[in-house]
Amino acid sequence: MAGGATPTPTPDTAPFWEAAKEDRLAIQQCRSCDRHYFYPRDYCPHCSSSEVTWHDVAGNGRLVSYIINYRPFPPANPDIPQIIALVELDEGVRMLTNIVGSPAEPDALPLDAPVSVTFEPRGDWKLPMFRLDGAR
Amino acid sequence: MTATSTHGVTSMHGGNVAVVGAAETTEIGVLPEMSTMQLHAQAAHNALADAGLSPADIDGLATGGPLPMEVSHYLGITPRWVDSTMVGGCSFMLHVRHAAAAIAAGAATTVLITHGESGRSRIGMSRYSGMVTDTASGQFEVPYGSLLPYATFTVPALRFLHDRGMSRTDLAEVVVAQREWAMLNPRAFRRKPITADEVLNSSPPVAYPFTRDMCCVVTDGGGALVMTSAQRTADLASGDRAVYLLGSGEAAESPIMSQMTDLSSFAAFRRSSAEAFATAGLEHDDIDHLMGYDAFAHLPLYILEDLGFVARGESGGFIASGATRPGGSLPMNTNGGGLSYTHTGMYGMFAMQEAIRQLRGEAAAQVPGVRTSFVQGVGMYFAASSSLIFSNQRP
Repeated sequence: MAGGATPTPTPDTAPFWEAAKEDRLAIQQCRSCDRHYFYPRDYCPHCSSSEVTWHDVAGNGRLVSYIINYRPFPPANPDIPQIIALVELDEGVRMLTNIVGSPAEPDALPLDAPVSVTFEPRGDWKLPMFRLDGAR
Repeated sequence: MTATSTHGVTSMHGGNVAVVGAAETTEIGVLPEMSTMQLHAQAAHNALADAGLSPADIDGLATGGPLPMEVSHYLGITPRWVDSTMVGGCSFMLHVRHAAAAIAAGAATTVLITHGESGRSRIGMSRYSGMVTDTASGQFEVPYGSLLPYATFTVPALRFLHDRGMSRTDLAEVVVAQREWAMLNPRAFRRKPITADEVLNSSPPVAYPFTRDMCCVVTDGGGALVMTSAQRTADLASGDRAVYLLGSGEAAESPIMSQMTDLSSFAAFRRSSAEAFATAGLEHDDIDHLMGYDAFAHLPLYILEDLGFVARGESGGFIASGATRPGGSLPMNTNGGGLSYTHTGMYGMFAMQEAIRQLRGEAAAQVPGVRTSFVQGVGMYFAASSSLIFSNQRP
């Protein structure tokens, strides 16, 4: 297990982490301008509306960039390279995450590859991570 | 000197405000015998000596890292103006801009800006060593291992290269070009000649696509600047070496990497540099020398394109052509940069120091005839930007 730091949810982000604990990827959408956004906030960053709502998304997207970190920082296991990636969801929001289920090798990680969410336990919580479609 | 200014508000740009003292710590590199505060204090005294001034002449103080009163009290300064703007490594460049505004408005007469950081030896640095897990970064980056600069700042680079049909070789060529400058500079931390092949294949991997030599050095050191109005430079022993601020800009974007507006072009670079050119009334062809904050090898590529010195996709070819190397048309990062000269954790002060040395004709690798220098900084990874245009001539 690669391991790593455990997030400390705050009142504005708790719905995201509570959903992840139940294997749901919840993001916010503005009722006024209909746009999704990430990271969690009380006001829509696009139109400033406070009429925002949470809803579950399918967790499908594409790999837009990544590094293979050969020097993970404790509490992550320094001997297991991490794939630290940026994923863009179909809803248009971008998240930083880890890619799991693929070898930590550039040839196995083509940019724009389709990815799907998976949930990995971490402390009292679960972290949304992503898997290349077709990976084991 | 009186404590209050009676002059009316004037422009902060156009050469109305000048740098009259500039210095780094006597040594940079590995300095386990000095604390962070000692680095601040030595840099400050070196810059004051360069200006021919003493702490008693200073009525404004700006710093980042320590609070302003930690530095002012340590030095025996009683400021009537302070600035603790902290946006990461380019903070000291924003301090220059803010100091210029304060001096132009009469809120301060003579401002000292200090940087010191025991980035390598970590002496007197415990405040900065904790892992925060409840901020945006702490919740949405740190748990994924995206914490240290090499695991954060680097993440968008593959997208930049991919979108332009560029490759890791373009990152390696940045290292090679800047190493040529470092080889001319006895104070540079990395001075051995290096080839692109060695950067790619002999340098240890850190975070693909980055090898060690594509990542900045990690050092101890400091630097400081003294600024005052151009009118007052005539009264100072250092007045004939004054460097004038012609234009500036600053911009802020997202605190976390995933929220960059565009992964392969930094919007804050574009905004702040455009404002610097506009306020200076200069065009790209007017710039003789460029310092571009290079914590990692992709940054000079972003900077060349986002500032408009080259078109989109041309940055790699421009650097490989030798244009930024000694003898090239746009000498860039002429101290060797963060990649080879020094990088304490916040490099912005050192980028400015090299620009000022070049404009004064005092650089280790002096470029002939430099009249204007553009300094481009970045902060908190791709979160903040500062752009400054200096000249050794008042328009």
